[in-house]
Amino acid sequence: MQKQEFTITVYTENHIGLLNRIAIIFSRRKINIESLNTSPSEVEGIHRFTIVIDELEEVVGKLVRQIEKQVEVLKAYYNTNNEIVWQELALYKVSTDEIAEKVQVERLLREYGARAVVIRKDYTIFETSGHREETNRLISVLEPYGLIEFVRSARVAIIKASSGFHEKIKEFEATDPSDALIENEYLGKQQEIFSM
Amino acid sequence: METALDIIEQPVKETVQITGSHALLEALIAERVDTIFGYPGGAIMPIYDALYDYHEQLKHILVRHEQGGIHAAQGFARASGKVGVVFATSGPGATNLVTGLADAQIDSTPLVCITGQVFAHLLGTDAFQETDVINITTPVTKWNYQITDACEIPEVLAKAFYIARSGRPGPVLIDITKNAQLQLFEYAGYQTCDHIRSYRPKPYIRKEFIEAAAALINAAEKPFVIFGQGVILGNAEQEFKAFLEKSGIPAAWTILGLSALATDHPLNMGMLGMHGNYGPNVMTNEGDVLIAIGMRFDDRVTGRLDKYAKQAKVIHLDIDPSEIDKNVKAAVGVWGDCKETLPMLTRLIQTKVYPQWIEKFRVYQKEEEKEVISNELYPAEGQISMGEVLRVLNELTEGEAIIVSDVGQHQMVACRYAKFNQTRSNITSGGLGTMGFALPAAIGAKFGTPERTVVAVIGDGGIQMTIQELGTIMQTGIDIKILILNNQFLGMVRQWQQLFHDKRYSFVDIASPDYVMVAKGYGINGETVKERNHLKGALQRMLSHQGSYLLEVMVGKENNVFPMVPQGCSVSEIRLK
Repeated sequence: MQKQEFTITVYTENHIGLLNRIAIIFSRRKINIESLNTSPSEVEGIHRFTIVIDELEEVVGKLVRQIEKQVEVLKAYYNTNNEIVWQELALYKVSTDEIAEKVQVERLLREYGARAVVIRKDYTIFETSGHREETNRLISVLEPYGLIEFVRSARVAIIKASSGFHEKIKEFEATDPSDALIENEYLGKQQEIFSM
Repeated sequence: METALDIIEQPVKETVQITGSHALLEALIAERVDTIFGYPGGAIMPIYDALYDYHEQLKHILVRHEQGGIHAAQGFARASGKVGVVFATSGPGATNLVTGLADAQIDSTPLVCITGQVFAHLLGTDAFQETDVINITTPVTKWNYQITDACEIPEVLAKAFYIARSGRPGPVLIDITKNAQLQLFEYAGYQTCDHIRSYRPKPYIRKEFIEAAAALINAAEKPFVIFGQGVILGNAEQEFKAFLEKSGIPAAWTILGLSALATDHPLNMGMLGMHGNYGPNVMTNEGDVLIAIGMRFDDRVTGRLDKYAKQAKVIHLDIDPSEIDKNVKAAVGVWGDCKETLPMLTRLIQTKVYPQWIEKFRVYQKEEEKEVISNELYPAEGQISMGEVLRVLNELTEGEAIIVSDVGQHQMVACRYAKFNQTRSNITSGGLGTMGFALPAAIGAKFGTPERTVVAVIGDGGIQMTIQELGTIMQTGIDIKILILNNQFLGMVRQWQQLFHDKRYSFVDIASPDYVMVAKGYGINGETVKERNHLKGALQRMLSHQGSYLLEVMVGKENNVFPMVPQGCSVSEIRLK
């Protein structure tokens, strides 16, 4: 088994201190978080963490269970890149003079789907979104023309197979949740269990 | 717009104006708390002021150090099954709790700790005795929360008790700023909590896994049960015994599972792990089905993981899903409270006996008796051994006492040789291995179960870590028996230095004060025993004495604890010498 990129999605209460509680699960095992985003989810009052790490699947599975064990975490999932749709947003600041002088810059930006957010006399800020490789490529393209500043956001991701959290939250709010909610990963492994 | 009808239909909640501090104490009473271990200080003074009016309902035990307070609360919880409650002030008061929190977290002990905090407007300003307790304690609490507004107190306390005692229990810390303690608010009464939407204390039990587990057990030829504290925490001793007796499977325990099954039960094969019994360790690598119940495969139990029970199908019953597959891969993971899952399993399994399989355990047992146990319990000459002290203690208490042990060689000896007839009788710091645990934990255990005899077995290292709690004993007049096994060394470290570091005894030579004189200073009677023929009489005097008693027994200086699974070795490489 090899390390690979996993995206962990965590649905939580929106409480102070929870970021720390989740972050220390990684730092305790000396695992570096590659990217972390917190945002509201589709359900009011429920927060959503999107965390990217490079790890063995076995380790990721254990981490996710330890995350889910936290009192204020409702549910945690982990997915490979094939199972999600994801984007990162990037901002690039370039000298306006340079762009005005060199026509090919404008062509390049169009090619990369970049959009001007701010245009001032001294500089222009472009934004683009996409996968890491795409936003990275634009950096190398812009560098010869004097890239003044660059910043990229954390990954946001949507799980392809997910049906969202609206129905789940009702189950969580019920005092006695049905078994539909409990996703026991052994369920798909009945054959393995009876392999003796 | 609100109509007149709406107003009529809404029930009018009766409220009274009380302070946050009073609301806190009302919450404790509503949760049927009767004992608090604590130490006052500036930031918790309003709560202590309110406590002055509640002294008839709430017994407050003034400890000598906050670490002593939290260990006492742990001992109280472990012996009684109730939630232990601790009060401490901000800053150093709160940081002194950290060791106990870590201990309670790793040993799943239900605690609610209340810490005072500086006024909310001073938070983050490096105010006097301000420390970021919430962030310091996050890794060592099941849940923690800071209250800055008194209105939150009833609801947060209800959550705190619910979280501490439900599911896999653990410590909860509630930090309350001084302004919230002082604040008057409209109090509408206390409601206990039984549901938090983001928290599921017990996983849903899947019948298919019970069935799969039963099928494995029914087909097994050499099954072996290993159990831990989950049996005790789930109050499932009866269910466990019923399962064991129907299945006929031999069982061995982790040190936190000790006393869940009576010592002399015919299926009790003894102790697992580094200093456990010979048979249980070796047989772990011989059985075909290993049934782990409420235990977490600590490295002190498993030894080298890649050589641990590789031949066996592992069935793992645990209330905490994150424990299953964490260290040892399970063929069947049975999620759930063993109080519920064990009877379900018992119904599906066949009544069986395994005389030949159990005989193999007996063979190892006989060898261990011959090579280790008989010399340890009945040494012919030389200095008194720790094992013989435990043997004589067993004869006198007949397995009815609570034994609270500290950490080190004497702990392993106490766990190996102490006899138990009742559950919740072995209290020790298992996961964290906290020296200094036993004396305060014994005090707490006695407050939790006043009708029982409590014997604290402590080494000469551990006693000196929390010896100040003799003051708590003096002031409360509580009756505990302090048994110091003095080998004039930090014995366990010395043993390792002897075995693995060429006998380079680096800083393990620890001097002791005259413990009998120290005890006398605290008004506690005591004596020292050096001679074998005085041992029994001294233990009798200790046990029959009205009130606390300190007995120091001088034991062999360089005795080692065996058997031993050296670190990094497989359980089947256990050494008898």
